[in-house]
Amino acid sequence: MKPENTPSKRKWISRAIDMYIDGFRNMTVGRTLWALIIIKVVVLLAVFKLLFFPNVLSNNYDTDQERAEAVRKSLIDNR
Amino acid sequence: MSDLMSVVDWSRAQFALTAMYHWLFVPLTLGLSVIVAVMETIYYRTRSERWLAITKFWMLLFGINFAAGVATGIILEFEFGSNWSNYSWFVGDIFGAPLAIEGLLAFFMESTFVAVMFFGWKKVSPRFHLAATWLTAIGASISALWILIANAWMQYPVGMEFDPEQMRNVMDDFRAVALSPVAMHKFCHAVFSGWALAGVFVLGVSCWFLLKKRNRDMALRSMKVGGWIGMAGMLLTMWSGDGSALDVARVQPMKLAAMEGLYEGKCGQEIVAFGILNPEKTAENDADAYLFDISIPKGLSFLATHDFNAFVPGINDLIDGIELTPEGDTIRTDSYAERIAIGLKAHEALRAFDTAAAAGDSTAMASAAAKLKENYRYFGYGYLESPYDAVPPVALTFYSFHLMVILGGYLLIFFIVALWIVYRRPSALGHKWILWLGMLTIPVVYVCSQAGWVTAEVGRQPWIIQDLMPVQAAISDISTGAVMITFWMFAAVFTAFMAAEVGIMLKQISKGSKSDYESLKD
Repeated sequence: MKPENTPSKRKWISRAIDMYIDGFRNMTVGRTLWALIIIKVVVLLAVFKLLFFPNVLSNNYDTDQERAEAVRKSLIDNR
Repeated sequence: MSDLMSVVDWSRAQFALTAMYHWLFVPLTLGLSVIVAVMETIYYRTRSERWLAITKFWMLLFGINFAAGVATGIILEFEFGSNWSNYSWFVGDIFGAPLAIEGLLAFFMESTFVAVMFFGWKKVSPRFHLAATWLTAIGASISALWILIANAWMQYPVGMEFDPEQMRNVMDDFRAVALSPVAMHKFCHAVFSGWALAGVFVLGVSCWFLLKKRNRDMALRSMKVGGWIGMAGMLLTMWSGDGSALDVARVQPMKLAAMEGLYEGKCGQEIVAFGILNPEKTAENDADAYLFDISIPKGLSFLATHDFNAFVPGINDLIDGIELTPEGDTIRTDSYAERIAIGLKAHEALRAFDTAAAAGDSTAMASAAAKLKENYRYFGYGYLESPYDAVPPVALTFYSFHLMVILGGYLLIFFIVALWIVYRRPSALGHKWILWLGMLTIPVVYVCSQAGWVTAEVGRQPWIIQDLMPVQAAISDISTGAVMITFWMFAAVFTAFMAAEVGIMLKQISKGSKSDYESLKD
């Protein structure tokens, strides 16, 4: 039986980590793109999601049973 | 009621805005990933420095588009929870499972292999790099598959049973959901249309290189790959579109009737190649449907059933209960007035279930659940006030469908001519108007692609889930003002992001055209 972390496996993992580190370090256009992605994610998740897009059922009810009852009432009364 | 309709309309507009914005990036990702993979395969086989440069150039544009599309789809999930909470609860696991699989696949496959694509050129072997590029392309298509399975279920709900206690549709046949023919045709149609879109993108950008008289060889080689992938994509899009038309005729006949502005059907029904609808025409009057039309005899019968003489029901036939069987036979089924009555029985049963649940009467609950199950197939019709409420907006469906078909026909000719010029008459590329035509076809293919989704989604109105839930029942109890504000905020933020992203893309295209490609060895 082989041990979990053989030298070749460790080498492979460190090469993969090096690839990411070197890749991020040597980015050119990628820096601008990452900046754009981060701004976008912050705007969407921290601003839009938190302030404007609450999950109505999750926020207003504590259990799935209460949520099911709320939807049932809404669908019965909707017409 | 009018206030409720406003919330529904604004929420639909907001969902359309965000979905259409998302769809600006997705098809280019799907198609360009394949084109880049083919280019890298040529490099791998030839080891030509020029093909390496070509691959890296288009890979960079793929990366910019990929980054621009990141997180644009997640907004749709926010809207499910805030604007469409009844719907998102009602669909339950059926929608959740494919989306969860898509999320995991997108994250693990794309984040791993995209990183190897961009960071791994000198870190991994050429063979491994090529594999990563192909796996990125395959991963993108697999992600799309799960989204389209979820969408197809809304158009053709199968493989589930409704549980009134949980108030959810519970999946009881994953295979039926995942392998639904509607999903398979939708998947092929969407993915292959992405190939066509990316093919036009590559041809258009290459035309700009030629217009600027920069890196001509790079442009010509790119045009050959883009042209062939685009052509294959276009032909496969048409093939899968034919399959989708058969599906629509079978499972959403009202959508097909709206796509053609057809009110009274007949055997050997013609198809309108070009037409202008009469704005006065509704299902409730006898006015002519078209002010002007050029039709192809028996075309719609063939499109809907592959039989030139088959009967195709129109809007009024469907309201009266005349439909086609899966085998293409005409049958009399429940009229829409009868469906509304059946839907109301289902509502009554749900109300009885609710009363029995509150009283803790399990026998009455079981009896109400059985009655609900019996009438559930038309549950959504119980929300309609008139059979005519089940008719989608005919004008928007008709024009978007015809725009898609006309532009699709133009794109096929465009690819044929482009390949002929590149291989047989490259001297024609000296004409500026040809190069401008190539560039201007880029916005045309985007319009065509968006028109396809407008046809699919507007044509299935009023249903958010076919026959089971109309949009007005799916909406959350929220104010119109809140949705209006976020609609305009999205519009402003998206426009700003779009401007920044297009700016980056144009800058890199310009930079690529000025690269020292000509000095590279072949």
